[in-house]
Amino acid sequence: MLFNRLSRLGSSIVKELPRERHFSMRGMRILQRSYGQYLQSSESEHHPCQYHEMVKPFIGYVMLNDNISSAINRERERNNDLALAQTNLVTCPMPQRQTRSFHEAFFSSNHHMFSASYSTASEKGGEETEKINVIFVDKDGEEIHVKVPIGMNILEAAHENDIELEGACEGSLACSTCHVIVMDTEYYNKLEEPTDEENDMLDLAFGLTETSRLGCQVIAKPELDGVRLAIPSATRNFAVDGFVPKPH
Amino acid sequence: MSRRYLARYLVSRYFSSSVSPRPLHVCIVGSGPAGFYTADKLLKAHEGARIDIIDRLPTPFGLVRSGVAPDHPETKIAINQFSRVAQHERCSFYGNVKLGSDLLLSELRDLYHVVVLAYGAESDKDLGIPGETLSGIYSAREFVWWYNGHPDYSSLKPDLTSSDTAVILGQGNVALDVARILLRPTTELASTDIARHALSALEESSIRKVFLVGRRGPVQAALTAKELREVLGIKNMHIRIKETDLSVTPADEEEMKNSRIRKRIYELLSKAAAAAGTSESDPDQRELHFVFFRQPDRFLESNERKGHVSGVNLEKTILESAGSGKQLAVGTGEFEDLNCSLVLKAIGYKSVPINGLPFDHKKGVVPNVRGRVVSQPVEGLSQTERGLYVCGWLKRGPVGIIATNLYCAEETVGSISEDIEEGVFTSSKEGSKGLMQLLEKREVKKVDFSGWEKVDAKEKQMGSERNKPREKLVTWDDLLAAAAAN
Repeated sequence: MLFNRLSRLGSSIVKELPRERHFSMRGMRILQRSYGQYLQSSESEHHPCQYHEMVKPFIGYVMLNDNISSAINRERERNNDLALAQTNLVTCPMPQRQTRSFHEAFFSSNHHMFSASYSTASEKGGEETEKINVIFVDKDGEEIHVKVPIGMNILEAAHENDIELEGACEGSLACSTCHVIVMDTEYYNKLEEPTDEENDMLDLAFGLTETSRLGCQVIAKPELDGVRLAIPSATRNFAVDGFVPKPH
Repeated sequence: MSRRYLARYLVSRYFSSSVSPRPLHVCIVGSGPAGFYTADKLLKAHEGARIDIIDRLPTPFGLVRSGVAPDHPETKIAINQFSRVAQHERCSFYGNVKLGSDLLLSELRDLYHVVVLAYGAESDKDLGIPGETLSGIYSAREFVWWYNGHPDYSSLKPDLTSSDTAVILGQGNVALDVARILLRPTTELASTDIARHALSALEESSIRKVFLVGRRGPVQAALTAKELREVLGIKNMHIRIKETDLSVTPADEEEMKNSRIRKRIYELLSKAAAAAGTSESDPDQRELHFVFFRQPDRFLESNERKGHVSGVNLEKTILESAGSGKQLAVGTGEFEDLNCSLVLKAIGYKSVPINGLPFDHKKGVVPNVRGRVVSQPVEGLSQTERGLYVCGWLKRGPVGIIATNLYCAEETVGSISEDIEEGVFTSSKEGSKGLMQLLEKREVKKVDFSGWEKVDAKEKQMGSERNKPREKLVTWDDLLAAAAAN
């Protein structure tokens, strides 16, 4: 079982690295640093070396997980490297889990940091079930691939990934600035019908199409994996780029 | 700074051969949505841009503060994003600085590489009919600024007690806003950020019937679905629409086919007309009447109160095709009177020209091509005014919603970026430093963003004492004093 996990981890590590939305070199430095923090933690009663070999690949998996690494990236940007050492994101679990086994610590659903990914990963055996792939096409035609947790709305997802999608009313259905165009009719049809309130705002949206929605009202669900969303632009002509909204 | 912008920046620096000066000094005149979205996009597009946003009021945010109705707080959330822009290290806000009196356009153009005019439309369209100067007749803009505590209109003192009827000319969202504020129970308004003097006046108001008069039909009404749904849903407010006004012509059907919003509005109004007939009559009930196919011919003067309006003489209209699907109202020669003691004209805004600025008086905008200001010399082709741009209502006319400025700013910033790449801005400019020197020399009491934050804190604190989100400071003196306090 352990070997299966290790090999799966190995392949996921290989797959994950190029997909991360940051410079991989800097990313690796962060990963190594945080990884080092685990091994150097002096607050634990149990000597970490006891669990060293067993824990190492799991820590690696932890680090590569998007939740953690993007959270770390955010913290890193806000604090300096020294502060990262103290950040609860990485070091907290160690002292708190002293009386429990590492297995429990990592796979315990009590710890919110790991539960979303680990419980799913260990129980269902898949690593993508809790997140879907979403591709944003920005006004310059660039495609940005992001992973969005199920239940998060698209506006929030855009902001988490530094996508230039305005949200003037912050999701109160009082504006149309988070307007996105679902590029494939198939995916558009998988969405819930817009409410009257959303339609009222969409009516006023710039560059409205048959497959337009407000980003703050589109909630990520498994059926939307792979959806492509275009951000309307005043300076980009969709027809010229070859994109034509497909009729129903 | 995010990694994506860092990557793009490094790549563009490495490969770029542009001659953009560093820093690029930018001045944006006007701190409403157009001004702030322009600043936001410029900051993101150009690492070397240093932006000063000036406004003649001590408070920023333009119509988001002074135009959005008090009972629409969600629309004001946009202020959060604007504040983040103002607090950016490469951006500064200076209020109480008036272009045209504290400094000239030519002086700004000398100090900054890029000047973007985004000061909106602070005047009104006129009807040009007899009696327009009678007292009791205001533009909706003046009335809105009055209830929103704009320091120029706090002493407007509109007469709300001479009769039970007000007539609003126009059927756009501004018309709906003022109708709603006139008719909403004041207990509901008491917990909004409405100005105190307006709340008191409305509490004494005898206005119970409001007529929204439009010269065309329900299919052409300029209001939008959300706002219409809102008034149709207000408790104890009865909507009156004549069934006959709802009949549609083939031309109307065509208009509705081409516009989903027109169709939605028409359906909502039809439903409202059907439901209206069933409500009972009660002397204190509030009524909102939609009057279609009537255009004002002249205003009637009161016999008891000379110089004051007592009603509007309306001419019935029919619609005629004006080509390309548009229908215009044409008078039929049949007239009728509508009595009232208050008239609000909600027929559109107009921009104010300033010295040294090319202006199209017919359209009421600054002539421009994708945001670049152009001037028309006496002979020959139009010529681009280097370094001078427009954004917002001053560029497009007074139409659209807050979000419209997002794309308007994108276009203007696109033009600025192209000009930067072409090496238009090569000379060195003083920018902020020069502005500060000029303002000091002229003893202008500018209000920076931290000054606004003091005003903001004081208003919120005063508001919390009365269960309101804020109690606005409504005079120039109070605003400047709060901004300067320690």
